[in-house]
Amino acid sequence: MVNYIWLGMMVVGILVAAANGHVEVVTKAALEGAQVAVQTAIDLIAIITFWLGVMKLAEAAGLVRALARMVQPITNFLFPGIPRKHPAMGAIVMNLSANILGLGNAATPMGLIAMQELQKLNRGDPKTATDAMCTFLALNTSCITLIPTTIIGIRLIYGSSDPTEIVGTTIFATAAGMTAAIIMDRILRYLYSKGW
Amino acid sequence: MFGIVSDLSRWAIPVVLLLVPLIAMIRGVSVFETFVEGAEDGFGTAIKTIPYLVAMLVAISVFRASGALDMLVGICAPVLDKVGVPAEVLPHAIMRPLSGGAALGIATDIIKTDGPDSFIGRLVSTMQGSSDTTFYVLTLYFGSVGISRYRYSIISGLTADFTTLVASVYICHKVFG
Repeated sequence: MVNYIWLGMMVVGILVAAANGHVEVVTKAALEGAQVAVQTAIDLIAIITFWLGVMKLAEAAGLVRALARMVQPITNFLFPGIPRKHPAMGAIVMNLSANILGLGNAATPMGLIAMQELQKLNRGDPKTATDAMCTFLALNTSCITLIPTTIIGIRLIYGSSDPTEIVGTTIFATAAGMTAAIIMDRILRYLYSKGW
Repeated sequence: MFGIVSDLSRWAIPVVLLLVPLIAMIRGVSVFETFVEGAEDGFGTAIKTIPYLVAMLVAISVFRASGALDMLVGICAPVLDKVGVPAEVLPHAIMRPLSGGAALGIATDIIKTDGPDSFIGRLVSTMQGSSDTTFYVLTLYFGSVGISRYRYSIISGLTADFTTLVASVYICHKVFG
């Protein structure tokens, strides 16, 4: 899908430029695009380095564990099929907590462990997703984000007078998305259990 | 009521920067060394975005310079305007669930062109910050345990993405509109 969109933008762009009689803009635009990309990535080093340092501190201070304790009652409710003390539950809680804190590097390994544990609990076809897996991934992809670091960095680079002004709107939007994911997951789980 | 959203934005990072090192210190973490240890990965992480950003910014920049983007915006604007969505963010909304790096490239292009403090700039920032690469995550996570039948996962994932998009548009109009 990404392949088609990417190719589509290039092909349509070049054809439209040719049709408009100024095909020469393509070369210039392509080179400029590449230049902006590299410049942006280099400027991003600053904020990403800084933020990864802060996040390592948050991890070492046990904030992921503290948050995990807070989300545990919610996950107990969302995953009725998983025994409370099962390692799958621990991995899910840690993955979601790391996601909320914006610790992408810590979240992915935890998430993959969670999937392995969920697969051990799979009593059906090992190639078919279980209810718990669907719920977990719905939560994972829609997870509340407290601080969207990278985009704050981009805003800073391009001279925003207030790069962090989008933190509140981001928290609002992710909270809405996560609520929708939970509701949709419950509805679809019910429909599928009725043989849809 | 929406003032609280801007207050949250203003306070979030200073509060994190105050509390995280303090709590770490109380817990006996050697704060400076730990910070440096985490920060070591920053260079690699930022550099890793280069191939994605180059690929996407080249394509979007050709698409824009040729006049094709204006044509797309012209076609979609009458419908999207009615619901308060600037048509310029359409390529981002389509790309977001597919590739995080590609969407970041589009967001960068919009922020550079329209300015970070324009309505479009703020909206695309919120959209980029609030959603995830649903297809990538599903492929990676299911793939890691050999699951090939995703059942309803894609529907709930895309429902969440769509809700996040609608919520981003709504809250940006309320707070920045």
